[in-house]
Amino acid sequence: MRRPSKGEIRIANVVKIYGSEEVGIRAVDDCTFDVPAGKITVVVGPSGCGKTTLLNAIAGFHSITSGTIHLDDLMLCGPGRAQADPGPDRIVVFQNGALFPWKTIVENVAFGPIVQGRLPRKEAFDKARRMLAESGLHNLESNYPGEISSGMRRRVEIARALMNDPKVLLLDEPYRALDSLTKSVMHEALLEVFDRNQVTIFFITHDLEEAIFLGHRVVIMTTRPCRPKKILTVDIPHPRDYSVLTAKRFREYLDETVEAVHEEALKAFAAGERER
Amino acid sequence: MKNLEPSLAAADANVAVRDDAIAVVAQTSDRPSRLEAASYRLGQWLRSPRPYLMLIGFALFLGFWYLTVEVWKLPRFSQMPGPTAVISEWLSPDPTYGLSLYSPEYYQHIWVSLRRVSIAFLLATATGVPLGLFLGWSQRFKDYVFPVFELLRPIPPLAWVPLAIIMFQGSETPIVFLTFLASFYATTLNTMLGVESIDVSFVRAAYCLGAKRQQVFRHVIVPGAMPFIFTGLQISVGVAWFSLVAGEMVSGQYGLGYLINTSYTMVQYPTMVIGMITLGVVGYVTSAGVRIVGNYLMQWRARELAMGGDK
Repeated sequence: MRRPSKGEIRIANVVKIYGSEEVGIRAVDDCTFDVPAGKITVVVGPSGCGKTTLLNAIAGFHSITSGTIHLDDLMLCGPGRAQADPGPDRIVVFQNGALFPWKTIVENVAFGPIVQGRLPRKEAFDKARRMLAESGLHNLESNYPGEISSGMRRRVEIARALMNDPKVLLLDEPYRALDSLTKSVMHEALLEVFDRNQVTIFFITHDLEEAIFLGHRVVIMTTRPCRPKKILTVDIPHPRDYSVLTAKRFREYLDETVEAVHEEALKAFAAGERER
Repeated sequence: MKNLEPSLAAADANVAVRDDAIAVVAQTSDRPSRLEAASYRLGQWLRSPRPYLMLIGFALFLGFWYLTVEVWKLPRFSQMPGPTAVISEWLSPDPTYGLSLYSPEYYQHIWVSLRRVSIAFLLATATGVPLGLFLGWSQRFKDYVFPVFELLRPIPPLAWVPLAIIMFQGSETPIVFLTFLASFYATTLNTMLGVESIDVSFVRAAYCLGAKRQQVFRHVIVPGAMPFIFTGLQISVGVAWFSLVAGEMVSGQYGLGYLINTSYTMVQYPTMVIGMITLGVVGYVTSAGVRIVGNYLMQWRARELAMGGDK
């Protein structure tokens, strides 16, 4: 098992204001926390609280107003560099999935190494096939994403990300649209992937059970503006399986988070935040 | 034939096989050949009520035409040739007004119109698709070009006729130009909308995976806009015929528009109606041709729709 020494994200005093400094909407305010290398950090908070803003800043899709974000020794964004460059060291798995519908599964998975020029076409395809086989997806190769179930699509998307040996996987509520049965299968598959790759995972959700089941760390966010309200270390050993859900410790963690999150949810509701 | 049915039925629009554990649908190895698939589909079509409803539709239309003109002789239709007059003229080896399925001139008209439409359509595609792609891709380019485009677009092809005649030599080029114009607007606009309709997640995902700007263009923007492009091309063929006829009525020696116009002035009404029906048929065939090419180039879409059509 490969344990990378790298892949730590440090978020320090990050502020994001949409619109102008004076009258704009303050989405993230003085947000500071670490995402430790080789661990799963789950960020929970009410809908529309600014979690995704933070993820977009790390990924390089949005600028930040002030503060710094580091990936190991590299400053992704900070003074003099409002927006990070997106790149294969931090790969996002999107809420609604972003497999290219016009490419077959194997073409999708091989996309990264090919466009980066890291592997010749044939080798990239071979590696993609191996990657798919590892995740039990080998008989889907020549299908198009539109032909397979949404749960399968999420797994293919994670395989596509892992092809590039990223330091960090950024998952933005990837299982939100799935039914709860599929979701539990997805969770176990994700933990399996994690055990195999030991990649740093930054996972956004508003599902508390999901957060505690997956996370080494759970960061509970305040409602807009978004900043950590409480950081919880979940001391249940990995690899975890679904029997954990009924364990007493799990329930205790859940109680602890429910209270904190509920408070914020009430605030968000009172403030009339729209469901995103 | 029987053992063909399960694998084809799976591809049929109504049968959605969705199973996490097995992916039976698209095992390329046991896909039936194209010919088998086509004959299967033809058989299915003949067994469905659709072809018969279509025939009834045509019969009702012809019956209405026959009754109003030839039986009831309604005043508004008094000048109109009835279906029997048109059809007997059309099928006659020795037509009264000199034009039928047997006269080489008839095919000359069709050929000339078809050639003009093809040239104009290809020109419009070759210029409109790239222009639309860049309009959708680059906000700055759009800021320069789009206002002018939007100002020119509402000018109908007919209003261009005098200018076209002044600008171009002869009678051929002005007609092709007029035909081109309408096609060009439809193609460009749809292509641009196609680019703008692409989910931003696809673009972001491509950048995340390390694609450069021009790779994003090639792998995301062009294929992502393809469904809209082909919708645009179908509209484009339609409007090409539209403005072609307008152009041919004004100038030219041959062509279906010219045929319709001259048979009107020479009071050869059955010939006029023959020209109109021929336009309908030829227009339908070209439009279907574009659709077939589109389906061929976008198999991912056809298969996605066959699976139930969701994303």
